[in-house]
Amino acid sequence: MRDALQTQSKLRSAQATRAARKRRARLLLLLPALLVIGLFGLAPLSIALVYSFLEPGTYGGVEWVFSPDAYVQFLYERDIFDDTLVFNSAYLQIFGRSFGLAVITMIGTLIVGFPVAYFIAARPPEQRNFWLFAITLPFWTNLLIRTYSMLLIVRDEGFINLMLIKAGLISKPLEMLYTDGAVLAGLVYSYLPFMILPIYASLEKFDFSLLEAGHDLYATRFNVFRHIVIPLTRPGIVAGCALVLIPALGAYITPELLGGGKKLMIGNLIALQFGAGRNWPFGSAAALILMALVLIALLVSLRAGASKEGGND
Amino acid sequence: MKKTILHAAAASALALSAMGAHAEGKLNIYNWGNYTNPEMIKKFEAEYGVEVTLDGYDSNETMLAKVKEGSTGYDIVVPGDYMVAIMIGEGLLAEIDASGMENFKNMDPNWVDVYWDPGRKYSVPYQWGTTSFTVDSAVYGGDIDTLELIFNPPAELKGRINMLNDMNDVINAGLRYLGHPRCNSNPEQMKELLALLTKAKADWRTMDYSVIEKLTSKDVDLSQSWNGAAMRARADRPTLKYAYPKEGFTGWMDNVAVLADAPNMENAKLFVNFMMDPENAALTSNFARYANGILGSEKYMDAEMLDAPEIVMPEGAPVPDFVPPCDQDVVDLYNKVWTRLKQ
Repeated sequence: MRDALQTQSKLRSAQATRAARKRRARLLLLLPALLVIGLFGLAPLSIALVYSFLEPGTYGGVEWVFSPDAYVQFLYERDIFDDTLVFNSAYLQIFGRSFGLAVITMIGTLIVGFPVAYFIAARPPEQRNFWLFAITLPFWTNLLIRTYSMLLIVRDEGFINLMLIKAGLISKPLEMLYTDGAVLAGLVYSYLPFMILPIYASLEKFDFSLLEAGHDLYATRFNVFRHIVIPLTRPGIVAGCALVLIPALGAYITPELLGGGKKLMIGNLIALQFGAGRNWPFGSAAALILMALVLIALLVSLRAGASKEGGND
Repeated sequence: MKKTILHAAAASALALSAMGAHAEGKLNIYNWGNYTNPEMIKKFEAEYGVEVTLDGYDSNETMLAKVKEGSTGYDIVVPGDYMVAIMIGEGLLAEIDASGMENFKNMDPNWVDVYWDPGRKYSVPYQWGTTSFTVDSAVYGGDIDTLELIFNPPAELKGRINMLNDMNDVINAGLRYLGHPRCNSNPEQMKELLALLTKAKADWRTMDYSVIEKLTSKDVDLSQSWNGAAMRARADRPTLKYAYPKEGFTGWMDNVAVLADAPNMENAKLFVNFMMDPENAALTSNFARYANGILGSEKYMDAEMLDAPEIVMPEGAPVPDFVPPCDQDVVDLYNKVWTRLKQ
């Protein structure tokens, strides 16, 4: 009896040490990732957070004096005449434009990307890899170069206009470049794979016999799509939307190259503060506000995805 | 207290690295990108047995931000005129007393008593030029020497204009058109300016730094431009003409200066003297396509530069306007105007 107890406690302590060792091993394995996140993610963010509560230095940099001005400035400005605070929507408009563009980009990639993902998932398994390879192929080239190629194609003396003029369809070049449409096309093109791949991952596991079952029960094609396909691929759709929305919000090169630089986007606004604007605290504050908004949007969309999933169970 | 310890640590670290670096005969140059003639660097290396490293930046502000952080290891920087004034004020430049150097006699006397460095205690000329605009004379045949073309364009130029995506260059052009002073903090005049820019912006196609590309691709027929860029664009589109608007235009000079904490101080001084040699100044001009402010350099310059209308100003053109750094309240106001313009 006593022996049994002893062996049991020995066993338990051995188990405990094994568990401790496992924990340590897990920690060690996580360490590189934690270090990278801490060093290159959290540390710069903390600097931005601290800077956003300081006063701007003359000629750039910061003065080590506490001040919430950077955040006040985001919504209000001092009236030039009597120094009272008045509401100023300039920065909100810039944020609004960036958000609008990002949301439309997201919808655009969804409309184009879903059928593509469906098409790939419906191929026989041995063909799918080829199509996935084709989707990821553009990533082998730098984004800047892809965007610049697009500029060459749509500009006044670019490929499309030259072809149309040669064909006699138009006499003067269509002005396609440096418009919101050009920026949108550029963003949709750049971020399309981010939408296709997660939706494909959902569709790959999709049991296509469910469609037949739906049709057997006299559901219309639309109803089958709405009540079977969409709910079962929701996680992929939500992930794809998040993956497109977030980078599109901070897009810098595409609006700059294809939009002609006449309007500020969030990215350009932040860059300006660290350069000629000489207001580092405001640049930091704008970056943090953007991040907070993205986090909120992400949480809401994840919550939406999760609750629907839960509802189906 | 913490700051002084940090500073002391930084200073001693720098002193150590300085001793190490100098023994090897090095020189670290921090200049604008695509602005340094590699042949000129090779010549300096051969003449003095010094190994040169070169880094690039894209704006005065970028350079200032990096230098302000300290211990960059750079010896030579090439700040624009107003940035020299700022850096002297911040104590970032070494007083090298260029006027006592052997080659100082070559400097054009017009460039000695400049507002950013009177008497040339800290810096010497690198390149100088103007910022105005260039327009295709085949598209618009009228008088081009007026800012009307930008702010109230004729029908053939509407929607065919590129402006520099630069707060100061756009605002200064507008202020000249309205006849208001630069570094302007007068609210009424700045309101007038914002109204003018907002109205004119409808006629602009783009606001972009890539002047040469915008012009040679025929995306636009007029672009605000630096004179050297205008000359390079003309090589591809011969009907381009560089304007000297009667309302005025910006003049600028980039200057060779030595950082106060330069690890290779003696080599840096050698380089400053080297840059005042006419032959070496010409090497830079032949590469970057701007004038250099060193007398006698014409002899070594490419023939097409000597009579280029972008470089040789016509009789009767206004004197280029060198704009000093503006106070912080002006910069804040400019910032607001610029944001409103592009909101």
